Amino acid sequence: MLKINNMTMRFGGVVAVNQLSMEIEKGQIVGLIGPNGAGKTTVFNVVTGVYKPTDGEVYYGENHEKISHLRPDQIAKLGICRTFQNIRLFKELSVFDNVFIGGHLRLRSGLFSSVLRLPMYNREEKEMTKKAEYLLEKVGLFEERNEKAYSLPYGMQRRLEIARALATEPRLLLLDEPAAGMNPQETQDLMEFIYNIKDEFDLTIFLIEHHMEVVMGICENIFVLDHGNLIAQGNPQEIQSNERVIEAYLGVE
Amino acid sequence: MNMSIQEFLQHMANGISLGSLYALIAIGYTMVYGILRLINFAHGDIFMLGTYLTFYGIIFTPIPWYIVFILAPALTGLLGLVLERLAYKPLRESPRITVLISAIGASFLLQNLGILVFGGRPKAFPTPAILEKVLNVGGVSIAIVNFVIPIVTVILLIGLNYVIQKTKTGMAMRALSKDYETASLMGININGIISITFFIGSFLAAMGGIMWGVKYPQLMPHMGVLPGLKCFIAAVIGGIGNITGAVLGGFILGLGEILLIAFLPTLTGYRDAFAFILLIVILLLKPTGLMGEKITEKV
Amino acid sequence: MKKISLKDNIWLKIGILVVALIGLVVINLFLDSYKVKVLNLCAIYIILGLSMNLINGFTGLFSLGHAGFMAIGAYTVAILTMPLEAKTMNYYMKPMVPFLLNLNLPFIFALLIGGLMAALFGFLIGAPVLKLTDDYLAIATLGFSEIIRIVFINLQSITNGSLGLKAIPQMTNKFIAEPLGLSSKTNLLWAWGIAILTIIFMQVLMKGSYGKAFKAIREDEIAARSMGINLFKHKVMSFTIGSFLAGIGGGLMAVHLGTIDPALFKFALTFNILLIVVLGGMGNIYGTVISAIVITVAMEALRFLDGSMNFGFFTTPALPGLRMVVFSLALMVVVIFKRDGFIRDTLEKVRGKYAKNQ
Repeated sequence: MLKINNMTMRFGGVVAVNQLSMEIEKGQIVGLIGPNGAGKTTVFNVVTGVYKPTDGEVYYGENHEKISHLRPDQIAKLGICRTFQNIRLFKELSVFDNVFIGGHLRLRSGLFSSVLRLPMYNREEKEMTKKAEYLLEKVGLFEERNEKAYSLPYGMQRRLEIARALATEPRLLLLDEPAAGMNPQETQDLMEFIYNIKDEFDLTIFLIEHHMEVVMGICENIFVLDHGNLIAQGNPQEIQSNERVIEAYLGVE
Repeated sequence: MNMSIQEFLQHMANGISLGSLYALIAIGYTMVYGILRLINFAHGDIFMLGTYLTFYGIIFTPIPWYIVFILAPALTGLLGLVLERLAYKPLRESPRITVLISAIGASFLLQNLGILVFGGRPKAFPTPAILEKVLNVGGVSIAIVNFVIPIVTVILLIGLNYVIQKTKTGMAMRALSKDYETASLMGININGIISITFFIGSFLAAMGGIMWGVKYPQLMPHMGVLPGLKCFIAAVIGGIGNITGAVLGGFILGLGEILLIAFLPTLTGYRDAFAFILLIVILLLKPTGLMGEKITEKV
Repeated sequence: MKKISLKDNIWLKIGILVVALIGLVVINLFLDSYKVKVLNLCAIYIILGLSMNLINGFTGLFSLGHAGFMAIGAYTVAILTMPLEAKTMNYYMKPMVPFLLNLNLPFIFALLIGGLMAALFGFLIGAPVLKLTDDYLAIATLGFSEIIRIVFINLQSITNGSLGLKAIPQMTNKFIAEPLGLSSKTNLLWAWGIAILTIIFMQVLMKGSYGKAFKAIREDEIAARSMGINLFKHKVMSFTIGSFLAGIGGGLMAVHLGTIDPALFKFALTFNILLIVVLGGMGNIYGTVISAIVITVAMEALRFLDGSMNFGFFTTPALPGLRMVVFSLALMVVVIFKRDGFIRDTLEKVRGKYAKNQ
């Protein structure tokens, strides 16, 4: 599904990610963990095309298409979408519009068709609206659909971001700390929700998370980064007993 | 091409002095941009104010001209500082575009206040006789201002360099332009430093204004608009935020303009377009300018 | 139960539109010609305000190139509609290129071509500069607008250089006024008709998927492109449409004034439009419409500020510049104290009250 090959990302003199190679199978839930500043979000930024890797490549899909030279919007069109660690909603727009816009990339009608309200566009818009409303129901935000995005409480904003990402019809969904700031009950709900959308939309999920109960609870495969280096990989049991991981987290030299 | 060496030297002298003026004005843009990330649209109008203040100082006060040449820029510096306090400081936390709109408003305000107070008709700059002489060096006659301007510019640049490199204030300025957030946490008096930055930038613009008046002795309330835009361009060419770059950009623009019309007289009408074309070329090829650093946005 | 509301009843809307247009024709006949001119200018500024708001307010690009695109529209319309005699009269310093000399089109086609020319240049200019952000974009577009002006000063055999063009044919309501025995004036239907079309166009555009994508770009570019929105393509779209409308506004302006020259299209003209957009609220259609009318009328009404005032017992001296001092101060005050546009806030307050009373 996704293959990162020997990828290095350097900012000036700082190496954020060093020669990372990893692979994600279709249908998996994969976790990426590591201490702060380990380069996790950088990996997401490279996969989604926000950064061009200094070295190495990223491949995606059944045909192993190279995507590391593509723009973020092209990558999104291929079916990779994400949420952001520090929530990036379209703040001044309504909750509904946020999700609706997620569907814009699948729109086939052109600008003129949209302004002249040609039947083809109207049909598409109706579908987009239906889809957005369905997704809002799904994440429990239908009642809030006319509120402005910034007015939502934090937890709802996180769910809205996921709904918006789902509207792009992804096959690989990247979640950047989806449980950040959530209490145990909410975290529990989130885990069920992730299972749920994975099944319903036939997704592969790649997530960064600090809540270990989430990572250990739902991920089949876990990658551990430390200072930009991949130090471990395996299923939850293997990771929990891995010496290097424990060292990295406890800061033992 | 049939240009004598004398003619060429005249053009060079002309270009260097024009470049010096551009450099002086460009410094104000680049310093303010370095710290506040703001195009101070009203900077060209501050330049205009400096020239007018000098005019009134010479005509209406008994103060000798060489003292006016210091006092007027100092006063202009204070006006620049006041402008920042009134038009930009309240918007320090606002989006950059909002501040830019305020700056555009300030620019129009100053121009029209200029028309209101100074009158719309052009005034002749009272150039001291000593600066009106023309020197004859080996068959090349060059106006004395074309010597004075680069010399004064160099003296001012040395002074500025001293302030920025050797004083505490200068250090704080550099810290602010390098990393605003961190510097503000380090207990730097931000408001004070920004005020000083505006004072220095406006002072230098007024100095440029005076010499502009000597070189092109016609004052108008709109006189700051075009030089203002061009000097911003000079700052961008050099790499905005970088003082050496601004000086370099000023010279490139000044010399380029003069030599363009010297070698290709048919393009004289396009002289003012030269700067804008250069700007767009630079922005497309090397948006950070010749000496600027690359900044990556954090996601 | 279905309520009849303005929102979803298309026939009610059309009805109001027809009544408004008839009203316009009547007003056109009976108002004095100066007031008709001011009204006409209002409509032109509505078009211009909306076109800038599309680029600056809705898409979040900061463009200051409007005067340039207006110049393209204005000159295109002037050159294409002026009869041969007017052209030979104008181009006495340097003759006009023969191809354009004999070219003469009906106003509607000339206007359309004017808009398309502006759009073409918007597209060509937008393609390189829209990669820039914020203030760099502002200065680059301003630069382009100046370049266009300078080129127009120099292309004497096409634009007549700095002498400008005089006697641009007027669009009057002669065809109705004369049979009724009334004096003919500027025909308001052109500018207002196009202004109304522009308002409808903007509403439909902004409600649709593309308009929402524009807004998404304004809100957060990084999120927008991660959602698959091609930033560059959408920015160019918005910029090109905005340029088209600016060209149309410029063309109407040329006819409105009857005389144009390159000095008209200085940055000060862009400033007026910016003032309208900022006062009306960035990204607000009705705010812009009201603001365009208020500013245009105020600009006319405050003309007395620049002249001398006679109070009977004494006369103040003429104070040229005072009017624009007032307007630049207004812009700064709005920006500094009311971040989001004065008229938008008022509109929302009024709407809030209305909603409560229902």
